[in-house]
Amino acid sequence: MLNRRTLIGAIGIGALVGLAGPAAAQETYIPLISKGFQHQFWQAVKAGAEQAAKDYKVRITFEGPDSETMVDKQIDMLSAALAKNPQAIGFAALDSQAAIPLLRKAQAAKIPVIAFDSGVDSDIPLTTAATNNIAAAALAADKMAEFIGGEGDIALVVHDQTSRTGIDRRDGFVNRIKEKYPKINIVSVQYGSGDHLKSTEITKSILQANPKLKGIFGANEGSAIGVVNGAKEMNRKIVIIGYDSGKQQKQAIQEGLMAGAITQNPVGIGYKTVEAAVKALKGEKLDKVIDTGFFYYDKSNMSDPKISAVLYD
Amino acid sequence: MTTIAEQETRAVIKSAVLSQGAWQKILAFASLIALMAVFSIASENFLQRDNLIGILQATAVNGVLAVAATFVIITGGIDLSVGTLMTFCAVIAGVFLTYWGLPMPVGILAAIAAGALCGSISGAIIAKMKVPPFIATLGMMMLLKGLALVISGTRPIYFNDTPNFPMISQESLIGTILPFLPIPNGVLILFVVAIVSSIVLTRTALGRYTFALGSNEEAVRLSGVNTDFWKIIVYTVSGAICGIAGLIIASRLNSAQPALGQGYELDAIAAVVIGGTSLSGGRGTILGTIIGALIISVLTNGLRILSVAQEWQTVVTGIIIILAVYADILRRKGQG
Repeated sequence: MLNRRTLIGAIGIGALVGLAGPAAAQETYIPLISKGFQHQFWQAVKAGAEQAAKDYKVRITFEGPDSETMVDKQIDMLSAALAKNPQAIGFAALDSQAAIPLLRKAQAAKIPVIAFDSGVDSDIPLTTAATNNIAAAALAADKMAEFIGGEGDIALVVHDQTSRTGIDRRDGFVNRIKEKYPKINIVSVQYGSGDHLKSTEITKSILQANPKLKGIFGANEGSAIGVVNGAKEMNRKIVIIGYDSGKQQKQAIQEGLMAGAITQNPVGIGYKTVEAAVKALKGEKLDKVIDTGFFYYDKSNMSDPKISAVLYD
Repeated sequence: MTTIAEQETRAVIKSAVLSQGAWQKILAFASLIALMAVFSIASENFLQRDNLIGILQATAVNGVLAVAATFVIITGGIDLSVGTLMTFCAVIAGVFLTYWGLPMPVGILAAIAAGALCGSISGAIIAKMKVPPFIATLGMMMLLKGLALVISGTRPIYFNDTPNFPMISQESLIGTILPFLPIPNGVLILFVVAIVSSIVLTRTALGRYTFALGSNEEAVRLSGVNTDFWKIIVYTVSGAICGIAGLIIASRLNSAQPALGQGYELDAIAAVVIGGTSLSGGRGTILGTIIGALIISVLTNGLRILSVAQEWQTVVTGIIIILAVYADILRRKGQG
């Protein structure tokens, strides 16, 4: 049995070395620890980071936990990244407090930390490359009000109630409606983990409960697609405003099922994070916040090169 | 009656112990060492003190949960609620310490008591209401996930008002005695839990009945043992251990994260199975489970250190889990 084991081990070594690829010793290495990985949004951030890595001739890796609730798994990833003696680190915290001990360690080792996306609630990161989610969701609220004529019932399907983006997008939208549109009534705010199927079911129950509902805001890609699916299955014509992009959402806008959506600039987030890290290593001074921008897009401007460049499939 | 029962259970235990001799443990340990050797050769950054401590720290929560799951799995049951029960207990600690401002020992006891209580409820549903363990604990998993969100108001509860709370898992008692070995307290707790559990399983009546329930529950019951009672006790102990895991994770994150927990049961079950505990019950060791949990952590960390693309990390982990269990089966055949 020992022989079989050794054989398996040997195959293992071969496979691992093959997967790891050649590791040059002297290059600049910048690991990015993100909040997620599988989602197309994160893949777009990764693509931006890889582009910057190519432009600035540095090596990056991009990792994130399977789910945005796995705070401890993300901390383990950060810990492993630090063990690799990187020159700088990009980090999007799921929970800032939990990461503080490791960030202090990075600081002590003089490894510059660049925060991205939802950022890190601490003084340690040199800068944060992120979307202003409150302003972006407020724009979605304005668009919603415009489409439904400034009055009537609406609802929100949000990805979660604990993350910074979930809270900011919900509050940005809800507060704008409350401040500017007194005749609009938000009947329900529900949470579907950004899961397509769950968000679909939530949408259907909201529509079932509110026959006069005029519109729903889906606060991230998964939520927005769920809203589209739910409305389609219930055969209801409502105004849907989405968030982020992705193939299905783009298609829904083209087919007129969705009025339009807010897009962040995920490619820009990834690019600016790596760029800021490189600048920090050169000793350049960085602003505390790098606004990576957002846009409202619909059928009319989707093919505009400025917009299509930040949309992802 | 009792003497027959004792003999019966002793016989069952004896066969269980004999079928997994010291040889197997050495081999399981050897595969862990082999894995570490591979990573050490592949990257100089792997075998560093800080990284090894990082691996141990990453094992603390999953290891304790896996110990909790080992008890239940040896009885032939399954517990899908260990992850969300851990979260629920963390939230309870948060309520006692942060919301109510009670002293730290009270919060610690409350978390463990909450775990034991929930475990006993699962046990009662399984033993008395005859709901299959898979379904009973699936229900508990969802129930506790929901309750954790409700009680916390869906927001993380921070322990900033209890400045000593992070000590539970972050600081190092060993490090104050041996400065070159700053092993975090969370890891120390894992080892204490493992050693105590191992003694309970191998040296006490509870341990004997745990194995006996998994080997032949009907025979044990017919010999006059109150199997329902012992089953509830096993789930209660398992729940209390989940409470300890809740304290470790809450202390590590300095917060109770109410949305976390689902999915952790699968990592725990994987560690148990890699460690040679049979999912059909009657056979298993705590040492095996700890080695299983370490194999998962070493693998996860090593693949990260090698900068293997994340999608491939998942593929490799899946393959290794299957290989580990297959090797265990081969070993067993060879012995039989």
